[in-house]
Amino acid sequence: MLVEIGHFALVLALAIALIQSTIPIWGSRTGDERLMAVAGPAAIAQFGFVALSFAALTQAYVLSDFSLLNVWANSHSDQPLLYRYTSVWGNHEGSMLLWVLILAMFGALLAAFSGNLPKSLKANVLAVQSWISLAFLAFILFTSNPFERINPPPFEGQDLNPILQDIGLAIHPPLLYFGYVGFSVAFSFAAAALIEGRIDAAWARWVRPWVLTAWIFLTLGISMGSYWAYYELGWGGFWFWDPVENASFMPWLSGTALLHSAIVMEKRNALKVWTILLAILTFSLSLLGTFLVRSGVLTSVHAFATDPTRGVFILAILVAFIGGALALYAWRAPLLKQGGLFAPISREGALVFNNLFLSAACAAVFIGTLYPLALEALTGEKISVGAPFFNMTFGPLMIPLLIAVPFGPLLAWKRGDLLGAAQRLLAVAALTFAVVLVTWWLTYGGPVLAALGVGLGIWGMLGAIAEPAMRIKLFRAPLGDSLRRAIGLPRSAWGTAMAHFGVGMTVLGVVAVSAWQTENILVMKPGDTTEIAGYDIHFNALQERRGPNFDEQFATFTVGRDGIPVAMLSPTKRNYRARGMPTTETAILTLATRQIYMALGDPQQSGGIAVRIYDKPLVVLIWLGTVVMVIGGLASLSDRRYRVGAPKPARGVAAPAE
Amino acid sequence: MVRMIAVLALLFALLPPSTALAVNPDEMLDDPALEERAREISAELRCLVCQNQSIDDSNADLAKDLRVLVRERLTEGDSNAQVIDFVVDRYGEFVLLKPRFDLHTLGLWLAPPIVLGLGAIAVFFALRRRRTTPAGEAAPLSDEEQKRLAEILSDKR
Repeated sequence: MLVEIGHFALVLALAIALIQSTIPIWGSRTGDERLMAVAGPAAIAQFGFVALSFAALTQAYVLSDFSLLNVWANSHSDQPLLYRYTSVWGNHEGSMLLWVLILAMFGALLAAFSGNLPKSLKANVLAVQSWISLAFLAFILFTSNPFERINPPPFEGQDLNPILQDIGLAIHPPLLYFGYVGFSVAFSFAAAALIEGRIDAAWARWVRPWVLTAWIFLTLGISMGSYWAYYELGWGGFWFWDPVENASFMPWLSGTALLHSAIVMEKRNALKVWTILLAILTFSLSLLGTFLVRSGVLTSVHAFATDPTRGVFILAILVAFIGGALALYAWRAPLLKQGGLFAPISREGALVFNNLFLSAACAAVFIGTLYPLALEALTGEKISVGAPFFNMTFGPLMIPLLIAVPFGPLLAWKRGDLLGAAQRLLAVAALTFAVVLVTWWLTYGGPVLAALGVGLGIWGMLGAIAEPAMRIKLFRAPLGDSLRRAIGLPRSAWGTAMAHFGVGMTVLGVVAVSAWQTENILVMKPGDTTEIAGYDIHFNALQERRGPNFDEQFATFTVGRDGIPVAMLSPTKRNYRARGMPTTETAILTLATRQIYMALGDPQQSGGIAVRIYDKPLVVLIWLGTVVMVIGGLASLSDRRYRVGAPKPARGVAAPAE
Repeated sequence: MVRMIAVLALLFALLPPSTALAVNPDEMLDDPALEERAREISAELRCLVCQNQSIDDSNADLAKDLRVLVRERLTEGDSNAQVIDFVVDRYGEFVLLKPRFDLHTLGLWLAPPIVLGLGAIAVFFALRRRRTTPAGEAAPLSDEEQKRLAEILSDKR
């Protein structure tokens, strides 16, 4: 019964989306305020119905209602409760429903927190937002309905893909979707501005908290996915340049560019036309990511051709939205007036530099991901584009950007003083140089480039601190004075510094682990002892164990240093009963910023088992850096000026924080 | 300075590929230098039955066969390039994770520098055009805009 209610709620949501996508726009064209006012309640109602539908599907999973095709195919009654919840989005239909749920939620939030938007802008933004949900609701109902029944219902389900039965992957898709879909708000604002034919600095201030929120979630989502791949796939790699990863990385790159160009637009009323284009492109890349992952085109162009219904539907959505938005852009953008002059060497110029390199990097990832698909579709020729290609194209584009980052915040608006900024960074440069020399000396004989890479990371980190340190006159004024200044500094300034610091940390982690990781791959029997990076590793025992829906072999190792035990590690190999599918569960020992990583291989004929042990120095910094970036984003978001619902000064009641 | 940038640009390209691998202990060569080279080559070769994994990352049987093949060629004294040519001859260019610079991959290799170059040119002209237009002068407001301005100013919400 509840399942039918859920299905029906989804149809109702579609009907509401149809109303919300037309009536308010009509109202704004004719200047009818009553019609425009439909948008807000419609958005909230739409969210309510999609949420009801999602709750119904979740309930079916929790109760293991195998009369539902979707539940039968992706769940099992032995599955732990947590994974019954996360199974909801561990499959195509459910994840699309989650996508739409988040989209509708952003629509409802927009409706709730945009009281101070001009009425017609609000109506247009919500209408555009509803075009998107209209398209995706139709996609779900016509091609990917999660509420389909089976008659007669089977007794047992087929279990969720074991690789997905992991807490990291449970949280990863919602985070990623909050990011992807969050950019829809920027898209809707851009389309609405184009429809209205006017745009100003206030627009950027309205959009920025939404972009920042989406960016925070996307950063977290990508980082989470990277850490999941690191420990779950058992090879210890953190980024594979896989098309699915690239699909989420492209909106991140262009979203980061958007975040920076929106600053110029808000502060100086410049780069308006470009910012609008970036807003459109960022969400277009999110849509492209959804298409790549959801249509099956990545597995093979042929798999896509054999069951094209879904793929063609999403492709049509993609073409309609991207094509439509770009056409609207080409038609209306010339109407937008440019403003705010600046010299090439200025804060604006630095942000343009940032945008140029981020866009080029995004283009490199884009072409590398899509070129093989296009080539195969056009000529039938098959090529592979993998990590070595991206390291060669993406890497060199990042280096000038990373070198330039510390300069940006030190340049003044309109006309900056590059020499002055360089002089102020002299201490940072000297420190960085010292670190490079020491690193080179300590790792003498190792790769020289690694020492320079470490310098790049340190430069980013120290450079990020330099700007606030100067502003609070650290070490040049009494400490209390500095502290008072530090408190007085706007949170967005702290946010910038932290986010840039995080970038430096991530770079440092990537360089260190790429250059100095060591490994020890061998066959071990219980009782054997081996050694890695000064730690001795003793193999205690190999045992069998029965889990809720899997059987596992688990090994216990004692990690010690100079004969003193430090920790126990137990990597396992599992076999999931329902699908007969094996997985490797790695064991990781974190020692401050270094990790010792262990995975079990296959049993050997000689009687032992293959064991892979890696020592990964500074690897934790890769993800810690992203967390610091996110904290920086949150700090900036909490700046009073940028809260959702700004920009009016607070009127007694504080604006709701996001 | 220019040289330093060039060196840095090579940094990301030349760093040894991450050595987190699925290689099995019984496949590994005794000579560490030769094994090191086998690793370098393996990271550039695709496991043909996997999705976007190098043979070094993959547990598939085909990947194992290729890893063994690469090591066989190396012990017989082939150079890295010869080994790669040998594998490409048998499995086609699809096996290369970094496609060769060729007519059909022209777009792939040239697109990133072209995008950067065009972007830089566009920025250059935009900045120059902006500077030659009279600074700070906006078009006067139209009547309609004047009316709206008055409306907004009188709106004391």
